Amino acid sequence: MKAFAALYSRLDATTSSNAKLAAMRDYFREAPAEDAAWAVYFLAGGRPRQLVPNRLLRETAMQVAQLPEWLFEESYQAVGDLAETISLVVPEAEHRSEQGLAVWMQDRLLPLRGLPPQELGARLPRLWAQLDRRSLMVCIKLITGAFRVGVSKLLVTRALATLAEIDPKRVAQRLVGYTDLSHRPSAEGYRALIAAESDAEHAQRGGQPYPFFLAHPLQSPIERFDELLGPPSDWHIEWKWDGIRAQLVKRDGQIWIWSRGEELVSDRFPELCALAGCLPDGTVLDGEIVVWKAAEAPPAPLLQSEPQGEQEPAAGFGVQPFALLQQRIGRKNLTGKVLAAAPVAVLAYDLLEWQGEDWRQRPHQQRRSRLEAILRQCNHPALMASPLVEGEDWQTLARLRERSRALGVEGMMLKARASRYGVGRTKDVGVWWKWKIDPFAVDAVLIYAQRGHGRRASLYTDFTFAVWNGEPGDPERALVPFAKAYSGLTDEEMRQVDAIVRKTTVEKFGPVRSVTPTLVFELGFEGIAVSSRHKSGLAVRFPRMLRWRHDKPVEEADTLQTLKALLVSHERSL
Amino acid sequence: MDLVVARPEGLYCPPGDFYIDPWRPVERAVITHAHGDHARWGMRHYLATRDGEGILRARIGSDMPLQTLAYGEALEHQGVRLSLHPAGHVLGSAQIRLEHRGEVWVASGDYKVEPDGTCAPFEPVRCHTFISESTFGLPIYRWPAQSQVFREINDWWRANATVGRPSVLFCYAFGKAQRILHGLDQNIGSVVVHGAVEPLNRVYRDAGVQLPPTLYAGDLARNDPRLKQAIVIAPPAAGGSSWMRRFGNYADAFASGWMLLRGTRRRRGVDRGFVLSDHADWPGLLWAIGATGAERVMVTHGSVATLVRYLREERGLDAQAFETEYGEEDDVTVQEAE
Repeated sequence: MKAFAALYSRLDATTSSNAKLAAMRDYFREAPAEDAAWAVYFLAGGRPRQLVPNRLLRETAMQVAQLPEWLFEESYQAVGDLAETISLVVPEAEHRSEQGLAVWMQDRLLPLRGLPPQELGARLPRLWAQLDRRSLMVCIKLITGAFRVGVSKLLVTRALATLAEIDPKRVAQRLVGYTDLSHRPSAEGYRALIAAESDAEHAQRGGQPYPFFLAHPLQSPIERFDELLGPPSDWHIEWKWDGIRAQLVKRDGQIWIWSRGEELVSDRFPELCALAGCLPDGTVLDGEIVVWKAAEAPPAPLLQSEPQGEQEPAAGFGVQPFALLQQRIGRKNLTGKVLAAAPVAVLAYDLLEWQGEDWRQRPHQQRRSRLEAILRQCNHPALMASPLVEGEDWQTLARLRERSRALGVEGMMLKARASRYGVGRTKDVGVWWKWKIDPFAVDAVLIYAQRGHGRRASLYTDFTFAVWNGEPGDPERALVPFAKAYSGLTDEEMRQVDAIVRKTTVEKFGPVRSVTPTLVFELGFEGIAVSSRHKSGLAVRFPRMLRWRHDKPVEEADTLQTLKALLVSHERSL
Repeated sequence: MDLVVARPEGLYCPPGDFYIDPWRPVERAVITHAHGDHARWGMRHYLATRDGEGILRARIGSDMPLQTLAYGEALEHQGVRLSLHPAGHVLGSAQIRLEHRGEVWVASGDYKVEPDGTCAPFEPVRCHTFISESTFGLPIYRWPAQSQVFREINDWWRANATVGRPSVLFCYAFGKAQRILHGLDQNIGSVVVHGAVEPLNRVYRDAGVQLPPTLYAGDLARNDPRLKQAIVIAPPAAGGSSWMRRFGNYADAFASGWMLLRGTRRRRGVDRGFVLSDHADWPGLLWAIGATGAERVMVTHGSVATLVRYLREERGLDAQAFETEYGEEDDVTVQEAE
């Protein structure tokens, strides 16, 4: 525990990636594999569910520190972090525990979950008394599941790769699913992460998916497409679906479904697990899960992906708004009624593994045609190929793309026919572009709220939104307000947001409340310009909420950089 | 009768007709110590400790109208018996004891209870009413032992010196800087100071405080080989200025009580934060207040409301708040001033 706490301090004390890499390498070099396994889990973003309720932690701390509640609260307000506050107010102890992170997690902390309050009240002080301040703070963060230290998964990957002297991409692949809740870190698992590479390693990996290949936004004006991209015939062009990116892994007679966040979501989609019957073992598909309500079978072109030329796409695919999918995911119990109200389908667009063989290094063209053959064979209404869109030139495609909103899609995806399937946002083996319809949409964080007027009177419905002024992982970055918006929510959403605003209020300045940033909305706007009147240096026109991004953590909201990029592209197109 | 009341000009002693650390120009001012928020320019008469004379004159003016007293020496003024007692904060810092018709008040200015070897250590003075600061008046503030902090500073310096990196340590130029200099291990490398620090060192040395030999940064060429193993003591204001460029690829740190909190440490944007304060921590405040035996406590600058409430509810003392304009020292923001 002490070594891990020391690592935490080193990582926390610096903003330099190199210093962080060095700290991690030093730690992993020394740490026993069982401890390293847990360290990777936490550093790569693993969050076990909260083991002890915050209220109980507070009460125990007040008792141990002999502080009245109001004084504990004052202290917490000054520190702004529960784990740190507790570590500062309880009597400082000598670090007496010789046990490592793994023993602490498995034998001491995880067993706390679900214990009766009285038992917790007795156990916690005994645990705390064995740790020095620094270790205690880290320990409490492990208990609350709020452990964060400003290293990206990518950085952890690099640290492990240099240590093991293997390709970071290989480590990235092995790390997929490592932080999933169902996964229990182990010495064996850690050794597998850093083991020497073997050719057949993917074959023995059960439900293990591949790292997702991610697209880059295409923001250049259409006039430059020929120069930048060459002719459309070099590309496979698809609609950009507004659903959940997922991998379907079929091995050993079973289907595993992984979301882009590398979460195992199979149990959320029982009807897709039924596809196990029609996909052969050793098949991994990449695609989008959407709610799909076709009156009958999907229109013919969708199944066959025949060239559509300048033909207008069949009006209204069966794809339903994302919100419907979101509601379904939020449900604890997937009753027959829920399944019937929001039936899902997969629009598959890539084939990563076929007959147990890794196909990612084959050209997209080859993967795509095999994929279509597989889907024809499978012939299941819940598994379709994402149709290809064709056009003679980029202008034609741009006109087609104008229909995106009507079709319920977000724009187009451009995938080079010759491209390999990369890892993350790599560009070295070919590129995927996302050519979204509304360039003026960003994911912003709600930071202030004010009561609305008229129909919205007395509800907190007028919001100030902010974006980050630094990239993810930058511990110094802050939220910078850039727009106010009040429209775009349904009445039901309004009530929900109002309740959250009241619950998360930090401070009141007259009628305005500042809130703990927890809510992310996709904010749309018509124009963007430089402004000296706004803190962000930017002003946007007609901002409104396009949708509530329940799926987006605050850390993943957009940055000032994104806004500035929009500014540049906007100016160029004017 | 209250021996001290808060007035717009500062804390005022009605029977003696003088002010304590006033923030507006007045006729007579008794000064607890020479930090900028307590010792201001423009008073007709100043009274302070003999130990503090050098620094006061250096800061306010060599010809300032200053009368001094040794610690413990008493003076009668309009029926008020006044004496100055060590506050352990910086060189020359004092608590002011006032006695009038059997009533005793002590105004402590800023104080620290742990002795540090660079100034006379804090002495509790029995009184009926104690005026206490509350800079670190929350139970989260509990200082690590001074010896441990100096070990950390020296270890950090040594590690940097081993790889040939200058160590730049930011701290308040008066008091904190000399305290750090006093605790440095001279065997590690050269000790270099910023121009704002050196004049104060001179005063400390003249007062008999042991400080290691220091080099003035301005005297060193940019490529002076001594810089690679040096520690540089500089005020926070020097950070980010072009003055820093001469040190090349340096490591930096900040020494302050506020560095106890992770958030402040990170906002500072330095490699390291050392927890070193010249104010009392929470246990220190409570100990000092208890040691005076006072039944009445007037709380000034810091976590005023918190300390008042705690003393009333948990200690049964008659505690009240005093509005003052202390707590803004020269070159640091209020939050990080000490």
